[in-house]
Amino acid sequence: MESLADWLRSLYTDYGINFVHFYDDYERTRLFRGMWMTIKLSVLSIILSIIIGIIGAWAQTSGSRFIRAVTQGYIQFFRNTPPLVQMYFFYFALGPLLPRIQTEYGTLQPFFSNFTWAAISLSFFAGAFNVEIFRSGIEAVPRTMTEAATALGYRPLQIYREVIFPLGIRIVIPALTNNIVNLLKTTTLAYAIAVPEALFVANQIWSDKVNVMEMMLTLFVFYIGLVGILVWIMDFWEKRLRIPGYGQ
Amino acid sequence: MTYKSAVKIVVMAAAMLGWLTGLARADTLEDIKKKGTLVVGVKADYPPYGFRDPSGEIVGMEIDMAKDVAARLGVKVQLEPVVASNRMQFLQQGKTDLMIATMSVNDERKKAVGIVEPYYYAGGVALLAAKSAKIKTGADLKGKPVCAIQGSYYNNDIQSKMTGIDLVAFKGVPENEQALLNGQCVGFAYDDVLLIYKKKADAEKWKDFEVVKLAEITPLPWGLAVKTEDKDTAWGKFMSDTVTDWHKKGTLVEWEKKWLGENTQWLLDTNAKMK
Repeated sequence: MESLADWLRSLYTDYGINFVHFYDDYERTRLFRGMWMTIKLSVLSIILSIIIGIIGAWAQTSGSRFIRAVTQGYIQFFRNTPPLVQMYFFYFALGPLLPRIQTEYGTLQPFFSNFTWAAISLSFFAGAFNVEIFRSGIEAVPRTMTEAATALGYRPLQIYREVIFPLGIRIVIPALTNNIVNLLKTTTLAYAIAVPEALFVANQIWSDKVNVMEMMLTLFVFYIGLVGILVWIMDFWEKRLRIPGYGQ
Repeated sequence: MTYKSAVKIVVMAAAMLGWLTGLARADTLEDIKKKGTLVVGVKADYPPYGFRDPSGEIVGMEIDMAKDVAARLGVKVQLEPVVASNRMQFLQQGKTDLMIATMSVNDERKKAVGIVEPYYYAGGVALLAAKSAKIKTGADLKGKPVCAIQGSYYNNDIQSKMTGIDLVAFKGVPENEQALLNGQCVGFAYDDVLLIYKKKADAEKWKDFEVVKLAEITPLPWGLAVKTEDKDTAWGKFMSDTVTDWHKKGTLVEWEKKWLGENTQWLLDTNAKMK
């Protein structure tokens, strides 16, 4: 580890290539904290957006016209507006309308932090796409399945949960993977509302050290690695769920 | 034309040019006196240093400085509004004789124009802080969220020496103001004079906030400038003497008091040192 640090230091002194964020304790700690923040934000948003997708797809098949209309309205709003604008809107316009809480140092702070707003807006944004993705899976399950399950005495929720969803999920995994990979990369927008994630921290470091190129390179490698892991998990899951003879 | 004669012409032209610039160098001060006007590049959009009053006339602390220089020379002053991106070019191209335009000093700028020493001013850093947070110095910021402009030179100092946590940094001033008003941070770190001015200009909006100076952060000095080749001539020396005189007599302190309503620490310290 020390020799790597020495080598990186020599890169700077000999060639002016400044990877200070790997050997300076302060910079390294804050960069890793930023990366950890990106991971937390990604995982939370992915889970929430999938939950929203599942509930939304079910709501779209609901017998109530009101529930269907609300779902449709949600999809149209979040799918048709830019995520950056949503984030600004949530943080700057909606945030102040909520009740404030007293901090220990005497100021009144908004109820939701910037991290919470970023997670909410990213989840709703990707969730709108997930609803449509899950719907495509549900609609791909033959109607005869529903009819057969009804004949066997299943209730509507049971049919969704135990017949249609398990079959539909196998169809949608590739599309779902695409969307959550996109979601993971979209977390960089949280930079705009000052969530100290990887890009935000990288910007703080390169403003000080003027090593934009090196920071960008680091970010690229970080995101390639992170997306790689995510895709690997999804592939693994897809293989595990495979039913011989179904959907191949 | 032979190669030799071409070389000869180039050498002669170079010598001529050298002689001409030498000539120009010699008497910028004389030129200004002969012209009867001193052209000064100033800001017209940066209160309280250089801005337009309701009648459209450019006024401010730096305008008073420019007028004083002209008075010392016994010439008229002509104010040429400049912005950060063209103030040095105007000087290099000879459109202005002198630049007094809120320019902080750095190595790159020192190469581009003749920055006159001593420096006349320095911009410090302050915090527009919620009164309820009772912040007195940088040390009180430990663990508290602070708003700032992304990429400011003092961000790192605030984070590493004061708050210890990540800053709530946004791209522009309006986002920072909004976040501060929303309570998303306890204070907004920015140029001290601009904050003092902002608070005065919009007293109602900022009534629950106060300006706390962050004396821990070294202020960035501002310099007025002449053309690079004028720096060591009579003109550059005249300006250097003038700035020294302003410091000695306390004129800058008076001007700052007049335009800002109070005085900044760097100026008071520099005055005390030069007396």
